Amino acid sequence: MSRDAESTFAVHIWRGDAGGAFRRYDVPRRASQTVLDVVTFVQRHVDPSLAYRYACRVGMCGSCAMSVNGKARWTCRTHVDAVAADGALEIAPLNHLPVVRDLVVDMAPFFDKWAKARGSFVPTSTRRDAFARVEPSSAERRAVDATIECIGCAVCYASCDVVGWKPDYLGPAALNRAFTLVSDVRDGAGAARLRAVAGDAGCQACHTHQSCTERCPKQLAPTASIASLKRLVALAAIKGKL
Amino acid sequence: MASGHAETNGIVRATNAQADAQWGRHARFAAWRFVLQRASAAVLAVCVVIHLASIIYGVRHGLTSQAIVARMHASAIWPAFYAVFVVAAAVHAPLGLRPIVDEWLGLRGRGVDAVLALFACVLLAGGVYAVASLAG
Amino acid sequence: MRTTTARRNDFRARGHAAYWAFVVHRVSGIALALFLPVHFFVLSQALARPAALDRFLNWTQQPAVKVSETLLVLALAAHLAGGVRLLLVEFVGWRAEWQKSALAIAAALACGYALLFALVA
Repeated sequence: MSRDAESTFAVHIWRGDAGGAFRRYDVPRRASQTVLDVVTFVQRHVDPSLAYRYACRVGMCGSCAMSVNGKARWTCRTHVDAVAADGALEIAPLNHLPVVRDLVVDMAPFFDKWAKARGSFVPTSTRRDAFARVEPSSAERRAVDATIECIGCAVCYASCDVVGWKPDYLGPAALNRAFTLVSDVRDGAGAARLRAVAGDAGCQACHTHQSCTERCPKQLAPTASIASLKRLVALAAIKGKL
Repeated sequence: MASGHAETNGIVRATNAQADAQWGRHARFAAWRFVLQRASAAVLAVCVVIHLASIIYGVRHGLTSQAIVARMHASAIWPAFYAVFVVAAAVHAPLGLRPIVDEWLGLRGRGVDAVLALFACVLLAGGVYAVASLAG
Repeated sequence: MRTTTARRNDFRARGHAAYWAFVVHRVSGIALALFLPVHFFVLSQALARPAALDRFLNWTQQPAVKVSETLLVLALAAHLAGGVRLLLVEFVGWRAEWQKSALAIAAALACGYALLFALVA
């Protein structure tokens, strides 16, 4: 197949740190091409200094999350045809996280907030105790099922305008995980976790934009988790248990 | 104030009891602001539906100071209703402005809260005075 | 690892219905908060200066003022409808399939009332 017959299209890729700029690359258009294919092509055949992250490239790990035409997406699961209808593609690093270089962001603030929201399980039994019995059809287990699939890709965090306006805001992923644990009947954190997620930078700061729910690649609804946290924190405060 | 930290299984906690207590207070204040905001919203939801209906009624039946005052005197319920309306609004509006001022103007802290509290007093005083004027 | 500041969202990340509902809710809230003190002041003139109040009420019959009043009424109805939607989401519960309908109903009710006001008043 002759390369001259291949059509190309313009791709604008962010280069440098947060003070950098877009640089244009002309990339061959291929069938079933994903945005990750485009980035990989540029790095392998045009400019090896392009920095970017990916791992599984099949939509399981979330490492390839980037800003595509202004929206946070998994690039391995984004077909060029779906987003570059008029032939223009803009690829940038995720928003709201410090830019290390090109398409790579520093995920540390995202996971620091996860810890701040007490997003880790607090055990209440030991190996000597019997297994916990949690009925799959129980309301609590169904609540956990709806929220537990989060893999920490930060697409929701990058999409949330409250994160952009309030740098301290814990963000949808951390709060969603906190709610998952609140719903976990085995967890022992109790009121301490509710205190952790309350505050001006906590669940009450959510304005139900639903950008997180719109963009989550696993179709989770952090908005719903955060709404539930608001309710639980309010009830705890009223009962004097916060 | 220095705070010590302990790390267990990757979870870093402030071991300073004072820091913990301070955070707890902050969390409770935020929770109560939320409760007040939503409670006043629920009250206002009822009041506004009634008010919207009375606006249409009032506009059809005459918008002079005499007509308005007469409608206020028609029943003792009206001054009481508007008093509740005013209190709910005086709570709801400043609490609603607080995140806007923080997120879009970058202003936060004790000074902002003091100004908002003052605004609440202005609304309360102005509203009560208006109800008193109309209820004669 | 040296890192720098972050990039921010632009309008492309904000194209969904719930986001517009937020903008309407916030802008209408600001307008109402600013209007309230004026509203209370005007009404309080009923005792002290009823004639002045009547002149003012007469002035509000002008078309330009009527338009502003309709917009205010729309702001109030929209803020109410949006607020009730939020109270339902936060205290009654979330159903993903109801979200778009809830937004549509809220918008319809608010616009419907404002239209009623514009026609009748």
